[in-house]
Amino acid sequence: MISLQRFIKYFNRGSVNEVLALDGISLDIRQGDFITVIGSNGAGKSTLLNGVAGTFFPDSGKIFLDGDDITCWAEHRRAKFTGRVFQDPLRGTCASLSIEQNMALAHRRGHRRGLRIGVRSRQRKRFQEALSRLGLGLEDRLRDRVGLLSGGQRQALTMLMATLVRPRMLLLDEHTAALDPKTAHQILELTRQIVEAEELTTLMVTHNMKQALQLGNRLIMVHRGRVILDVAGAEKRKLTVEDLLERFYAVQGEEFSSDRMLLT
Amino acid sequence: MNIYALIGAIEQGFVFGIMALGVYLTFRVLDFPDLTVDGSLPLGAAVSAVSITNGINPFLSLLLAMGAGFLAGTVTALLNTKLKILHLLASILTMIALYSINIRIMGGPNVSLLGSDTVLDTFIKAGLVGYLAAPVIFGIIALLVTGLIIWFLHTELGLSMLATGDNPQMITSQGVNTHTIIIMGVGLSNALVALSGALVAQNQGAADVNMGVGTIVAGLASVIVGETIFGDRTIARACLAAVLGSVVYRIAIALALGMQWGRFSFTPSDLNLITALLVVGALTAPRIKSRFQAVVSRR
Repeated sequence: MISLQRFIKYFNRGSVNEVLALDGISLDIRQGDFITVIGSNGAGKSTLLNGVAGTFFPDSGKIFLDGDDITCWAEHRRAKFTGRVFQDPLRGTCASLSIEQNMALAHRRGHRRGLRIGVRSRQRKRFQEALSRLGLGLEDRLRDRVGLLSGGQRQALTMLMATLVRPRMLLLDEHTAALDPKTAHQILELTRQIVEAEELTTLMVTHNMKQALQLGNRLIMVHRGRVILDVAGAEKRKLTVEDLLERFYAVQGEEFSSDRMLLT
Repeated sequence: MNIYALIGAIEQGFVFGIMALGVYLTFRVLDFPDLTVDGSLPLGAAVSAVSITNGINPFLSLLLAMGAGFLAGTVTALLNTKLKILHLLASILTMIALYSINIRIMGGPNVSLLGSDTVLDTFIKAGLVGYLAAPVIFGIIALLVTGLIIWFLHTELGLSMLATGDNPQMITSQGVNTHTIIIMGVGLSNALVALSGALVAQNQGAADVNMGVGTIVAGLASVIVGETIFGDRTIARACLAAVLGSVVYRIAIALALGMQWGRFSFTPSDLNLITALLVVGALTAPRIKSRFQAVVSRR
């Protein structure tokens, strides 16, 4: 469905701080894939995700959606087919707007916005139903400002907003990393429910190897801007944390052994 | 202060309240400090005055003025979004460019409207008492415009505009082109400012290239005074607060000008200083207050 071809991205190109973030990545994302992406800090996981979201244009390489070249599509245009949840719970929602206003904005993703009233009473019902599925009591707080919610509540709301209009591709960028363990677990559970119920094609970046193994049908490991492991299906189910660590050392050598703590 | 001075202050408050609403749109809604207004206020005045002296209907001249203001705003927004010039600098560039353009439009530094019919004359002929015409008409127009802006900010597009000022990353990921919204918003803001300028010119009987000096500071003062007195909990309230803040601000100015200590009294040329001090005070008051409360609670 989405395919990246020899995607190259430099940051600070031509300066002393030049970083090669994506080193010619090619990746085919198939309809219904739930891909977990792992790798050490600075490996290029988030850059890969942002490359799909259109946050930047690649220095070379192309990206296709159903065979159409969308390399030049800006971020807001790609939002037609992507739903996104960010690491920072504050980034996915508007603090000064109410819950229903935030949801109304998400409800128009991929559609033209005109001079109709933004929050209509018919939509409120739908928003309430969707919110009640979260089990956080937000369905009774439609008119509360989102700034009043906790980080976990905001992330749950962002998750809901990203999928309110069914996205062809759901992009999750370490969306549980900034939350406390209990809330992180809830958000992860919510992610699993929504992705399974809607059969969403998903790309999820994570720092947590266990998460990466538990969720999804496919796992890729990124290192220095390249995909060094890409397993799916039965092969992925057999994979253990030890296997992944072994794989890491094979490419990284012992100099990176400090990553062991970060990753397990 | 006598009753005429009060009526005068209310009339000024409403007519500049439309401008304050424009400043609210950029400064608060879009988080885009826009100094274009110092140029787009006289632009509106110039376009309206020149239209009227050329025999165009005064009501139609208001629409032309708004169109010109909208264009001026789009220039600032384009400089900022497409050419990546800092918003503050972009607006200053448009503002100084407008100085030359306004003189070109008027064919000189000012245009007199003496002997020409204005919007107000239409109502005076219909039987409205002369000295009440301006405050009543301006009040009605200001409240109408406020109502329209409140409605707009509740539409799909208006919500996108609020979100663009609050969290551009969020609204981009919901499929909105923030550049388009900024261009539209800054344009709309300057259309309101130009409308205000056009009405001022029709009221005082002349358009002058220097009439825009200090507009942004007066606008900010109105928005901040309004928020402090009337609150900004809802969008409707914040919009009304900007307009009513402008009325309060003009009354305060009239009071200040009427004061006298021995041989010292304020002159109109002191206005900019007073306004600047007022804005500094209003901007820092919440911080000083919270620090003071922190000190008190620590004891």
